Amino acid sequence: MSAATAGRVDADAERPAGRPATAGGRRRAGYGRYLLELVMIAAAVAFLFPVYALVTLALKSPAQIADSPLSPPTSPDFGNFGDAWSSASLGSALVNSAVITAASLLLLVVVGSTAAYYLARCASGLGYGLYVLFLLGIVLPFQLGMIPLYKLVDDLGWLGTYQGMILFYTGIQMPFTVFLYTGFARALPRDYAQAALIDGCDHRQAFTRVVFPLLRPVTGTVVILNAVFVWNDFFTPLLYLGGSGRETVPVAVFSFVGQYVSNYGLVFAGLVLAALPVLVVFLLLQRYVIKGFAGGLKG
Amino acid sequence: MRAPLNPLRRTGRRDPTVPPRIFVLPALAVYALVVLYPSAAGVVYAFTDWTGVGSFSFVGLANFHTLLGDDRAVHSIGNTLLLTVAVVVAQNLVGLLLALGVHTGIRSRALLRVVFFAPAVVSPVMVAFLWKYVYNPDSGAGLNGVLGAVGLGGLRQDWLGDPSLTLWSVAAMVVWQYAGYSMVIFLAGLQDVPPELQEAARIDGAGTWQRFRYVTWPLLAPALTVNLMLSTIGGLKLFDQVYAATDGGPGTASETLSTVLYKEAFVYGKFGYSTAVALVLALFVAAVSLVQLHYLRAREVAA
Repeated sequence: MSAATAGRVDADAERPAGRPATAGGRRRAGYGRYLLELVMIAAAVAFLFPVYALVTLALKSPAQIADSPLSPPTSPDFGNFGDAWSSASLGSALVNSAVITAASLLLLVVVGSTAAYYLARCASGLGYGLYVLFLLGIVLPFQLGMIPLYKLVDDLGWLGTYQGMILFYTGIQMPFTVFLYTGFARALPRDYAQAALIDGCDHRQAFTRVVFPLLRPVTGTVVILNAVFVWNDFFTPLLYLGGSGRETVPVAVFSFVGQYVSNYGLVFAGLVLAALPVLVVFLLLQRYVIKGFAGGLKG
Repeated sequence: MRAPLNPLRRTGRRDPTVPPRIFVLPALAVYALVVLYPSAAGVVYAFTDWTGVGSFSFVGLANFHTLLGDDRAVHSIGNTLLLTVAVVVAQNLVGLLLALGVHTGIRSRALLRVVFFAPAVVSPVMVAFLWKYVYNPDSGAGLNGVLGAVGLGGLRQDWLGDPSLTLWSVAAMVVWQYAGYSMVIFLAGLQDVPPELQEAARIDGAGTWQRFRYVTWPLLAPALTVNLMLSTIGGLKLFDQVYAATDGGPGTASETLSTVLYKEAFVYGKFGYSTAVALVLALFVAAVSLVQLHYLRAREVAA
């Protein structure tokens, strides 16, 4: 474990600039670090076992699975993927998920950032009261309002529609979004907006031209955290979209798995295909995702 | 002029740089429509015998009396608390160990961070399906298959089917998915620990454990607060994973408040009773978060 601290002197992306690595620390790390590396890699291998099972089985025919389920797929069979793609209607589910996620994110960013700007600036009684009211939404379990909200969406005639889901996600994620934005906006100097106002901008222009660009880092966090939530949410789309043809990916996968429950090769191919888009985006953006998660949750 | 950092500070006079109230109105409107109004209505329904159709009447505390006499519901409260404690403890412990491990100079640290965090971005329902296979006693490539292959066949179990194991199996699955999430938050905290402090402690002769205990650990307090709050609220509200993996079974072995209130509403049509169960859940979440926030913030200040 001595490597835990000695490792700090190694060049690292997170190490603040100008803090030189010293040779002494590296020497002291010695064998401890190699041992730690081995332990961590062993942990990762154990951790990845379910993923190994997932990919291996997706590449095997039922006969191959029955024969040797654990062995690596020596003659991979890609047929499961094509079958899963069509029988789970993943194409349309991906479109539905993309539309709902994109529209909800857009609304959350626009509406959440303007609200947070007001809450950050108006620190008087009303502003603080509203801020606390928004925070309440982080603690309230959605189940408490689940049935009245279902009734409301039904009364609006929005069950089975995109707009019902978009309204739901915009509302349900608003407290968290406002919380992240307000924390960040409070720390912004108000001089920029003030200068813009003096130069003749109105409040809307000062916000769109000056303040919103300054909120860019936290906007990244807001987008990432909400995208992961909206894309992966299962229960509400099951309830609101079931049988409508507008099912999102988790709902499509849920009914697909129920249908082919014993054909593991096919089911797992479906799971791989459904998880792939979000995993690819994650791998491309992982630096920002991890930073965003960390930064956002610290604030 | 600086932004007031203390949100409670009143400036007294009207500040022309404060944007007009219209800025907050759209957010407030959609939040009120989707969260505040339905939650308030839920509180009202909790005191009625509403079935979802037709009229209903107020029944006072009858739903709560029913709950206390309903073995399944009472059992689900115990399960919810047990599951939450198990997830909170294990997820944070594993997350902390992973963070300490990948925070070092090991060569694979960047890759390992990605590996450990990746399950957190996948839908919980899909993770539950994958683990259902891993736990299935008859699946050749599942946990039992591995135990057999490495000569530990004696440890084979019916992981989800054995009522005394189900809850722990579900907890392990949740920890697998979200340990990386806790890891990332702890990593953010570790980056705030100045290496100079570690070095100074080392020069003063502090061993690895002492440096962790007296230098790193106190400085991790804010990360721990966030982690404990998130995992506790998440654990109490847990639904997707339980629903997809066990649906509360076998029997009532993994029934939680979330699965009970779902069944009462959408299987039995007892909307009034279901919202009463939801209200109990809400009170649990509120009470636990308030106590945690109070205790942990006090601890942060002390540290």
